[in-house]
Amino acid sequence: MNEILNLIENDARLTSEQIAVMLGKETGDVRDMIEKCEKDGVILGYRAVIDWDKTDREYATAFIEVKITPQRDRGFDRIAERIYRYPEVKSLYLMSGSYDLACIIEGRTMKEVAYFVAQKLAPLEDIVSTATHFVLRKYKSDGIVFGAVEEDMRGNDFI
Amino acid sequence: MKPYRDLLSHTVSALEPSGIRKYFDLLDSMEDVISLTVGQPDFITPWHIRVAGIESLEAGRTYYTSNSGLLSLRESISNYLHRRFGLSYDPKSEITVTVGGSEAIDAAVRAITDPGDEIIIPVPCFVCYEPIVRMAGGTPVLVETTAKDSFKLTAEALRAAITDKTKLLILPFPNNPTGAILDRSDLESIAEVLRGTDILVLSDEIYAELTYGKRHVSIASVEGMRERTVIASGFSKSYAMTGWRLGYVCAPTEISREIFKVHQYAIMCAPTTSQYAAIEALDAGDGDIEMMRSEYDRRRRYIVDGLNSIGLRCFSPEGAFYVWPYIGGAGMGCEKFCERLLYEAGVAIVPGTAFGACGEGYARISYAYSVAHIDKALKKIKGFTESL
Repeated sequence: MNEILNLIENDARLTSEQIAVMLGKETGDVRDMIEKCEKDGVILGYRAVIDWDKTDREYATAFIEVKITPQRDRGFDRIAERIYRYPEVKSLYLMSGSYDLACIIEGRTMKEVAYFVAQKLAPLEDIVSTATHFVLRKYKSDGIVFGAVEEDMRGNDFI
Repeated sequence: MKPYRDLLSHTVSALEPSGIRKYFDLLDSMEDVISLTVGQPDFITPWHIRVAGIESLEAGRTYYTSNSGLLSLRESISNYLHRRFGLSYDPKSEITVTVGGSEAIDAAVRAITDPGDEIIIPVPCFVCYEPIVRMAGGTPVLVETTAKDSFKLTAEALRAAITDKTKLLILPFPNNPTGAILDRSDLESIAEVLRGTDILVLSDEIYAELTYGKRHVSIASVEGMRERTVIASGFSKSYAMTGWRLGYVCAPTEISREIFKVHQYAIMCAPTTSQYAAIEALDAGDGDIEMMRSEYDRRRRYIVDGLNSIGLRCFSPEGAFYVWPYIGGAGMGCEKFCERLLYEAGVAIVPGTAFGACGEGYARISYAYSVAHIDKALKKIKGFTESL
């Protein structure tokens, strides 16, 4: 199963037929496996990776360190849920170390992100402090290098 | 002054430059061609290996190394060969680091060959053996491998080629261009023919890490063969390090001593930066090999399936990163076929005759390309064959 997942994690547009050929499996088995993974929530979606810097869309991304007071019995989960329900929150991780939650926020402008942190995030009950770091440039995301266009530099020599 | 042809070596003048000039000239003149011709990985050398090279430069390691290569590299090679293939070579006296597998082959052939010696070469094969043998004054004796035998060298064919002048057998498996490999039982029967003769073996194992389903077996690990075997190998294919130009040659001390002289006088030592990078590759690169091998394996299945479904019958290769489909069914010579495929469909593959006359009817297709690239090429090849 992991072999199939590795393949589509890398290229979600591969068809079941192609995957079956590459792995020496039956197409039907591959299709069933993928459907099961979708049903079980192992595969959560299929998306394009877009370099928005090459478009005219304006956006700002910030990485927020959040310190919180965990709640008795409910730990971090409840406050995490309160945070990730906001669509502005692209990612949220519980961290080890000097702060508790790492929160990635995206907005149209820096002002919009700052407003979100000040008005929505920081005032939440149990949040002790936040530290906002704006992303200046995206070099690599989810294993993909941004800005680089791959080119075959090998020439045609056959030896 | 006399005409140049009288001033230059007749042996070298008589050699043809590699490849089919007309075809590759045409290819170079065309744009937007989907090429499946190259004989090198599409991967870039893994970053940690590149870093080792960069750090050696930062540390100022820009001098020659010892002629036979850094001892620590030879130790890593020795450990690697033992770990991966169960071979034992003494780093101090049996291993020489060379400029690619190519120099390993050249130095070994020159160390072994006297004028008039016959050197057996299974064909189709890598295009360098025959010219190297000729430049060393030897006489190439070509033994054809066929689809019937899955392009393996058979004991019968070998026996039939041996004369009292036979000095050396070149054993190029996993094979470029056919993708054939020799497993232990194949090697046992070849060893059976060689036992009791004085014939040496040059085993070109540059593709040893790229076998699919079966692990590569070196003839040096077959009983009684180590004493007569020279192994030529290198870093180009297994670690995607073609541009670093680094290989090695392993042989018993008495043979190594002679190979070393050829290397010492011709080359002095292999590039120092590459040697430092290679230590990192050997000591921490097994995972890279596995990653690339499984990627090639998927492409191999993909392209074999694709070619067979187009009707280009395709022997399923078990090693290297080439397929060798039969294209003779189209009723034209392989050069014509490839030329028309290039012109009419914009896809470049290598005509079989680039690997010798016995390659007629075949073509070499490299799958050292992404699946998306291969897929695009297959669709165009399909369109072309349907138009015939």
